[in-house]
Amino acid sequence: MSVDAGFLIEALIKIIIVFHVVLIILAYTVLAERRVLAVIQNRLGPNRVGTFGLLQPFADLLKFIMKEDLIPMAVNKYLYLLAPIVTLVPAFMVMIVYPFGPTVRIPYFGQVDLYVTRLNIGLLFVFALTSLGVYGIVLAGWASNSKYSLLGGLRSSAQMVSYELSLSLSVIGAVMQSGSLDLVEIVKNQSGAWGMGWHLFWFQPIGFAVYLISAIAETNRVPFDLPEAETELVAGFHTEYSAMKFAMFFLAEYANMFTVSVIATVLFLGGWNGPFVEQLPWLGLVYFFAKVFFFLFLYIWLRATLPRFRYDQLMNFGWKFLLPVALLNIVISAAIGVLTF
Amino acid sequence: MEILFFLFGAIAVVAALNVILQRNPIYSAIGLIVTLCSLAGLFLTLSAQFIAAIQIIVYAGAIMVLFVFTIMLLNVRSEESKVDRQKFLRWLAVPLFLALLGEVYYVVRTVNNPPLQIPATGAAPPAEILGTVESIGREMFTSYLLPFEATSVLILMAIVGAMLLARREKEVDAAKRQAPTAEPEEETVAIGPGH
Repeated sequence: MSVDAGFLIEALIKIIIVFHVVLIILAYTVLAERRVLAVIQNRLGPNRVGTFGLLQPFADLLKFIMKEDLIPMAVNKYLYLLAPIVTLVPAFMVMIVYPFGPTVRIPYFGQVDLYVTRLNIGLLFVFALTSLGVYGIVLAGWASNSKYSLLGGLRSSAQMVSYELSLSLSVIGAVMQSGSLDLVEIVKNQSGAWGMGWHLFWFQPIGFAVYLISAIAETNRVPFDLPEAETELVAGFHTEYSAMKFAMFFLAEYANMFTVSVIATVLFLGGWNGPFVEQLPWLGLVYFFAKVFFFLFLYIWLRATLPRFRYDQLMNFGWKFLLPVALLNIVISAAIGVLTF
Repeated sequence: MEILFFLFGAIAVVAALNVILQRNPIYSAIGLIVTLCSLAGLFLTLSAQFIAAIQIIVYAGAIMVLFVFTIMLLNVRSEESKVDRQKFLRWLAVPLFLALLGEVYYVVRTVNNPPLQIPATGAAPPAEILGTVESIGREMFTSYLLPFEATSVLILMAIVGAMLLARREKEVDAAKRQAPTAEPEEETVAIGPGH
């Protein structure tokens, strides 16, 4: 296999652009969460830094950097320092396969694909990396040497392993329908004039529902935020973390939210597909981000609406309801696939 | 590509040594995770993308999580006391090591002498389709159907066995709880569906 320099440079430029765009989006998701929660709870939210509080993310970042970086005495130092890195790196590595948009023409440059790369195992790549993210949480819980952290870490690993099963099984139906694990191929398979090719409408509503619920549990968000249940565990696995290391956990959580939103968009809502994308390829970016932002808004909405599950309810729901439904969905999808071919 | 092979190979060997040399089980577990991840890298250089992804998802992402989980739950500090009791194992180690070395030598020799052909018969398919999901799936459900089904049955048996064991434990627990004089047991954490 020869590696040509042009490909490397193009990929590098794309990675830099994608990395920064995603970082900015994550920062503003945090702000959006605070503002939307405020609106729902009938208060103002952060609106002092810049117009409408738009500079708040940068103020927060500055605060995280300037704060004293505490390392408690009783912690296992190496693992304590390793844990945030282990959480953050896989969360950001997956972004190289996000299919942001179709191939577009850039003047004076030529045809450019609006994704860093495409892998024929794209979806498996995403699942492989997200499944590594759990180690950061487990190690953080163990290395902190605190009962709250340990309980948070244990809960989290049990929860993530359980819901990862139904998460992976729920997408199999969509994969069967597109006949590929390549995210770009899956998106192309759903092209239709007015969103009528989406997998959501073509026999995957059950898969979509199971995916969405498992994804929320997998990212430890409300109503499945047991690992960091404030009233029981202070802050769960990141109780002992401060300053930038806490910020890394925080960022990884939002990066994971973004990832599952992207995968939901790609697998079920047709990715960049929408009206007039064939004529105006740049519109694909708009549709893509609109769909992803819808899912991010859904996360915030849920957080403002729902109470937390109890732990046994969470486990029963995952193993005794979601998993069988996901399996059933595979059977139904396979039957439909056999009948329609 | 060869640089990548040596890089991943070196990481795998160092991490594997780390697994057996560390006293603290959690460091050993981390070493094993690193080994598995670099093995996935090696699979990628052999254009076996599917195997690489499954390697990480199944071994690093699921099995090792349970290992780490168990180590944390039991809070095993370090394995020191039990070593003395198993001194006879040291005498067993030398012949086993020699046998393993012989095996490695034999494999390397047989691979080197006639150049290795990945599919035993016929022409080799191009590298692009060698390790894809399609080719592996087709092989698995045609040429290797019997081993595949046998493995499935084996795993099913393991699941049933695990359920049986978990169930029996639960009954014992219930019996213990009913005994009125039972002391409050040492702290246990209710985790997972089994408890």
